[in-house]
Amino acid sequence: MSTPNELSRRGFFTRMAILFNGLVAAALAVPVTRFLLSSITRGRASAYLSWVPLGKVSEFPEGETRLATFQNPYVMPTDGKTVDTACWVRRIAGDQFQVFAINCAHLGCPVRWFPQSGLFMCPCHGGAYYRDGSRASGPPERGLFEYPSKVENGLVTIQAGELPTPGASEALATTEKPPWA
Amino acid sequence: MGMITRIGEWFDHRLQLAAPIREAVEHPVPRNTASWWYVFGSAALTVFLLQIVTGILLALIYVPSAAEAWSSLQALNHDVALGWFIRAMHGWGSNFMVAIVLIHMVQVFLFGAYKFPRELTWIIGVFLLLMTLGMAFSGQVLRFDQDAYWGLGIGASIASRVPIAGPAIVKLMLGGPIIAGATLSRFFALHVFVIPGLLIGFVSLHVLMVLKLGINEWPMPGRVVKRATYEREYHELTKKDGVPFFPYAVWKDMFFAAFIVLAVAACALYFGPFGPSGTPDPTIIQTAPKPDYFFLWLYALLSLLPPSLETPVLLIGPVLVLAALLLLPFLSGEGEKSWRRRPIAVLTVLLSAITLGTFTRLAQFAPWSPHMNAWSGDPVPDRMLRGTTALQRQGALVFQVKQCRNCHSLGDSGGKRGPALDSVAVRLTQDQLIRQVIQGGGNMPAYGNNLNPAETTALVAFLETLHPAGQAPARDASRDAVLGDAGEKRPGGQP
Repeated sequence: MSTPNELSRRGFFTRMAILFNGLVAAALAVPVTRFLLSSITRGRASAYLSWVPLGKVSEFPEGETRLATFQNPYVMPTDGKTVDTACWVRRIAGDQFQVFAINCAHLGCPVRWFPQSGLFMCPCHGGAYYRDGSRASGPPERGLFEYPSKVENGLVTIQAGELPTPGASEALATTEKPPWA
Repeated sequence: MGMITRIGEWFDHRLQLAAPIREAVEHPVPRNTASWWYVFGSAALTVFLLQIVTGILLALIYVPSAAEAWSSLQALNHDVALGWFIRAMHGWGSNFMVAIVLIHMVQVFLFGAYKFPRELTWIIGVFLLLMTLGMAFSGQVLRFDQDAYWGLGIGASIASRVPIAGPAIVKLMLGGPIIAGATLSRFFALHVFVIPGLLIGFVSLHVLMVLKLGINEWPMPGRVVKRATYEREYHELTKKDGVPFFPYAVWKDMFFAAFIVLAVAACALYFGPFGPSGTPDPTIIQTAPKPDYFFLWLYALLSLLPPSLETPVLLIGPVLVLAALLLLPFLSGEGEKSWRRRPIAVLTVLLSAITLGTFTRLAQFAPWSPHMNAWSGDPVPDRMLRGTTALQRQGALVFQVKQCRNCHSLGDSGGKRGPALDSVAVRLTQDQLIRQVIQGGGNMPAYGNNLNPAETTALVAFLETLHPAGQAPARDASRDAVLGDAGEKRPGGQP
């Protein structure tokens, strides 16, 4: 028999077994964690974002705001209709465009455009925005989310791929005044 | 010896479960706990078991794929024999479960059952409540329709406000950059494997502790809990005035359990299944998503909080509430149990119930939401147009065409976001009306850029006619003083 301070043969093997299990668990934890976090790590490299065409410039009359739809660039086979995304396209004049996310900057409900009053209204909590996307009234703390947009080969193109949310990067934020104003 | 007895003994010789089971069901409980007030815990367990059974039945047909979930729900509703009934049972079972868990919690709180030595039973109960709410929310997601889709968007928008980690949490929650197939799959995993697994484990611990520590005795005013003496006193009470749980108390639990299952079935039969509403197609934007019943209070809160307070309340509020619930048994682990001697406890329950009830009721009307079709759908009441001038009628037209009606009601129809305008002329003078229309303010958008002077003049002329027959419109005293009688002659207005 060993004294309490002395490590017995069985005690040693028990400790080694625990250590061995710990090593196996730690080794397996790496792929498991990477799998679990894959949706975040992929997003960090902005791998979700791409330039997506919305349609010909001529489809959007000057001075008007029209609904456009596009397919999200990142698609999985089970996504069904959910990859189809709507957005509001405002053609200010010529090649000057503003493309707003459909999602209210408050909590993401789909905003609707009312050309007569020149307002976007949200059906959920009553947020309202002016035609340039800036906040008009209601709970939103900011203007509508705006996709980076450009005209290329006669096509209105936006950089999209992620659900715009209030906490996401300010790159999507609508400034109070558009840069050309 | 009968055949059945012999078979039973053969099994028990190997399982050795008869003795512990008999001990558990016949354990003595204080006589006055054999009460109808003590049935809610077992009722919650009953509904949980019902949810497991109906959930497994639904999983036989349901397809957890964003492309097919909605059609598989339609198949359940319309093609599979009694699929609608099983869906309705599961949906109503969910509502009943949240309600019974809340009632159980209130009863436990008011009867002081969370005090020593049952602190851990309460804490596990708090986690059970969170899991029940988690099941309710994830279940709403699995009913993959428009409400589920936009509800996820709301969840993502809230989660994104967490400082620094927000965007990462959103991607983790959605399983990708947008609400799509991976989102539904992970909510399916949560709803069917993760949370139910945790629930089964925690419910087992919860029930085990009730058996080990004994059911809370009926609270008597003046019988004070002290750590040093409570367990001895409880032991004496069950010895002196105890009755075996089976059959003295159990029959009430059994009756109530059967009654609750019957009530769930009756609601399912009468009201039918919940949805699914429109297809989860994000390009269909003509939708006004609303959460399920037990999250309606949150919908109201999110509409009514001032914008600057919203994020702090959303992020800090839940932490405070959870901390209060978890710390409760440590802060008041001793002392009076009876609600007759605990006025603050009673007031807390009343205040919470009234607050949640008021918010829920408000959310059923959602007065903060613009009525998207009011401008084209709700006509201006005839009486408001009778005897009006051409300019005023033009103003009524502007009022409708510019969607003012979406937020302002006339004759009780139209939006409730802004004040009703039936008597606006009594409240605001002509100048004030013009200013309000042009500049907005007080949560109203400014219309200056969107109304030409002619439209503004017409609109204000119409608004000035909106006052009750017996009440004179508001007048500007300074204008009266300067202009005298001429001041009353308003451009386009009535003399």
